[in-house]
Amino acid sequence: MNFDVLWFVNLFPIVLPALELTINMSLMSLVLTVLLSVFISIIRHFRVWGLSQFFGVYITFFRATPLVAQLFILYFGLPSIIPAMKSMSAFQTTVLALTLNTSAFMAETLRAAIESVDGGQLEACYSMGMTRYQTMVRVVLPQAFVVALPSLGNQFIGIIKGTALGFTVGLADIMAKAKIAAALDLRFFEAYLCVTLIYLVSVVCVEKIQGILERRLQKFC
Amino acid sequence: MITIEHLKVQFGETVVLKNVDIQIANGEVVVLIGPSGSGKSTFLRCLNFLVRPVEGKITLDGVVVDAKTVSKREIDRMRLKTAMVFQNYNLLKNKTAIQNIMEPMVTVQRMNKKEAEAVAVSLLEKVGLLHKRDAYPKELSGGQQQRIGIARALAVNANVILFDEPTSSLDPELVGEVLGVIKQLVAEHNKTMLIVTHEMKFAREVADRILFLEDGGITAMGTPQEIFENCSNERIKRFINTINSN
Repeated sequence: MNFDVLWFVNLFPIVLPALELTINMSLMSLVLTVLLSVFISIIRHFRVWGLSQFFGVYITFFRATPLVAQLFILYFGLPSIIPAMKSMSAFQTTVLALTLNTSAFMAETLRAAIESVDGGQLEACYSMGMTRYQTMVRVVLPQAFVVALPSLGNQFIGIIKGTALGFTVGLADIMAKAKIAAALDLRFFEAYLCVTLIYLVSVVCVEKIQGILERRLQKFC
Repeated sequence: MITIEHLKVQFGETVVLKNVDIQIANGEVVVLIGPSGSGKSTFLRCLNFLVRPVEGKITLDGVVVDAKTVSKREIDRMRLKTAMVFQNYNLLKNKTAIQNIMEPMVTVQRMNKKEAEAVAVSLLEKVGLLHKRDAYPKELSGGQQQRIGIARALAVNANVILFDEPTSSLDPELVGEVLGVIKQLVAEHNKTMLIVTHEMKFAREVADRILFLEDGGITAMGTPQEIFENCSNERIKRFINTINSN
């Protein structure tokens, strides 16, 4: 078999420094996704006229089209119409694409989780004189998050793997580093195996953290 | 003092309460009895606007609310004057027993946490559950959950407490502990209480007045003695006998 073990091992010190970029992109996209999807799910839950319909179309569009197409539209297409977008870096555009894409899925997951909180608790809150906002923030969302946590974990994993698309717009992430090294020495199997292993270990770490979080939060469910 | 005039509730085409008029004095304990679907719970829920009447006027401690013109602010004021104990307890699942009791004090009355905690501890003592202060609802039995529910209703310090079938979801052997707590409240407090229940013996013991509801209206009212012993109304007699023979 033509597998150069030494080349494979030596690739790790070249690729691993770029992991920081992947982690930064993933965490930033995750934070923005959570904020955006909480906002959308509340709008959709309360059926706020106008915004609810708008986000309905948004969800359909971003769920129905491939992430890579969305990224290209944002990076290559829109800046030609919207000059302000020209100043956006490849990093920012990738984070934006991942956020918009994942939020479409996460908003629906969260909306379902919000609706799973039983109405009796809401009645109790209202009867005590709590406002809808207080009820949402103090009672509904904390419980909805626990219900949604397993799928939120899935979607975060999707984000981590999605960052690999960054190299298509010129980002030097782990995928790009490996691909460049592979092209130089024509060692594609070793290079992609190296990247695959790095993603695998990263995702296993996320799964572990998710498991701990679930156990901690589920004490009341 | 609570005054209710011409109260009407309608869900779609179905009229649930029609033209209910009643006055309840401060500190009076009123028990509502009647067959399922007669509108007892709906009546209770109108007082804190969990159910919105289509017509009628409610006066509660000087706050006058007309169902037709009621504003959000009036509803909030009404809710601050009442507290409710629910059939299914409705404790907040993400909060411990003590946090459930503190919640209305901290979020609605803006009391500081230390003060609220002190009040909550004394209420936990009153319902005999201080040792469960940090338990989540799922770790408590139905009876314990309902006792926390009662402590939470007391925490808001409302003048009127509404009990919506507080023992209907409980195993028979747990009913006693909850009724015991309510009886203790009746004996200790001078709060106005409206209680919907199917526990006839309990009703007889605690009530100052019993209302019999049927088909969306109050068809009879009187002291426990008048309703349970000297009642000439055949329908009420039959109802009480059926419940008692179960």
